Amino acid sequence: MIEMKNVSKWYGDFHVLNNCSTVVEKGEVVVVCGPSGSGKSTLIKCVNGLEPFQEGTVTFDGISVGESKTNLTKLRSRIGMVFQNFELFPHISVIKNIRLAQEKVLGRSEEEAKKRGMELLERVGLAEQALKYPGQLSGGQQQRVAIARGLAMDPDAMLFDEPTSALDPEMINEVLDVMVELAQEGMTMMVVTHEMGFAKKVANRVIFMDEGRIEEDCSKDAFFGDTRGERAQLFLSKILNH
Amino acid sequence: MLENFDFQVVIDAIPFLWEGLKLTFLLTFLAIAGGLILGVLLALARLSHIKPLSFLAASYVNFFRSMPLILVIFWFYFLVPYIVGRPVGGFYSVLVAFTLFEAAYYCEIMRAGIQSVRKGQAQAGQALGLTYKQNMQYVVLPQAFRNMTPILLTQAVILFQDTSLVYVVGLHDFLVNAEIIASRDNRLIELFSTVAVVYFVLCLSFSLSIRTLQRKFSV
Ligand SMILES: Nc1ncnc2c1ncn2[C@@H]1O[C@H](COP(=O)(O)OP(=O)(O)OP(=O)(O)O)[C@@H](O)[C@H]1O
Ligand SMILES: [Mg+2]
Repeated sequence: MIEMKNVSKWYGDFHVLNNCSTVVEKGEVVVVCGPSGSGKSTLIKCVNGLEPFQEGTVTFDGISVGESKTNLTKLRSRIGMVFQNFELFPHISVIKNIRLAQEKVLGRSEEEAKKRGMELLERVGLAEQALKYPGQLSGGQQQRVAIARGLAMDPDAMLFDEPTSALDPEMINEVLDVMVELAQEGMTMMVVTHEMGFAKKVANRVIFMDEGRIEEDCSKDAFFGDTRGERAQLFLSKILNH
Repeated sequence: MLENFDFQVVIDAIPFLWEGLKLTFLLTFLAIAGGLILGVLLALARLSHIKPLSFLAASYVNFFRSMPLILVIFWFYFLVPYIVGRPVGGFYSVLVAFTLFEAAYYCEIMRAGIQSVRKGQAQAGQALGLTYKQNMQYVVLPQAFRNMTPILLTQAVILFQDTSLVYVVGLHDFLVNAEIIASRDNRLIELFSTVAVVYFVLCLSFSLSIRTLQRKFSV
């Protein structure tokens, strides 16, 4: 479903992504981890073309992301994305946040969009909050709305960029629970996270990045077993001790 | 001493003064509307990745911001009829001058406003599949306007006061009409203090409502 081949990206002289290749099959859940600044966000933003790259190819469902003739907006509407800082639109209500792209991008009617939106709010346990503004919700609630907003587009895959790292500890699980459920339903997911509990529970594969390179790309069992490389070992021991 | 003043003159002149005030209001309103629209487009051009476009917009802004308004008014008074090929009347040339002049200021305000919206917001819009135009229209600009409301309104008050400059091209705004009565009846003090009070009250109440708005929005 998602295929990256020898992707490289530079900021000036700085090599942010160094020859990255990986494949995410339909229905697979892939966790991406690695130290801060290793290029995780940049890597997943290449999938929906939010970050341009200079070399290599990224294809989504056979469509090349980097090519200028590709209809990027159409492609993006098929890939949901959840950000570290939620990025709900603060000037409109929760339900309008979820309706907006359904109506403007998918051309759904207001009723349809509202109906789908309410279903998803129900599902993430926030139906009563529909008319509130994002600023009136807790971080965990906002992130669940953001997930609902992404799902409302009925995407073929979801990208998550550290969805729980801006949350207070007591709110992390309410978000992870939604994500676990999604994974178990067979959603194709690429998740940047340091929540190794989540990885152990639902990941098919784990990618470990360091200094712009994909250092490890292996099955969950291999990653949490003892076949992983030295750097990953070190990284894992650091985050597990915290 | 007060018996030397005759405010009956002012009362009798109210309809005539009102005519002038209407022109002042109309000019202010149209110039704000036109200046805002053009200003937003200029701001988008200035922030564009297309180099020639942002360069042109920046040149425009720098040009108008280094010109005294009165010069721009004069200039367009003579230039607009020349471009259009027939006389257009003082009002339209002044309106063009004000609009183009204000647009430069609104551009800078809106540019700051757009930049005040977190980058992640535009990314979230993009990620949902919104086009550039939709993203601006529904996500970025509403937030930029909200952040900039106080400054936009302050600029509107300044524009309201600046419209009094139209006397140089012989338009009859509030101030000019007051001046006409003042010299006709030789009642300078009465008329000009009335003008001062009216400007003061209008601008003060406007500024006060801005502050209330500001308080409301800052929650
Ligand atoms: N616009 C930019 N210009 C220059 N360097 C940048 C820019 N954006 C990101 N970088 C650099 O690229 C590197 C990778 O950034 P990226 O955000 O992908 O890292 P990350 O792995 O997601 O880190 P974090 O865990 O902190 O989110 C970082 O070192 C960052 O400083
Ligand atoms: Mg990151």
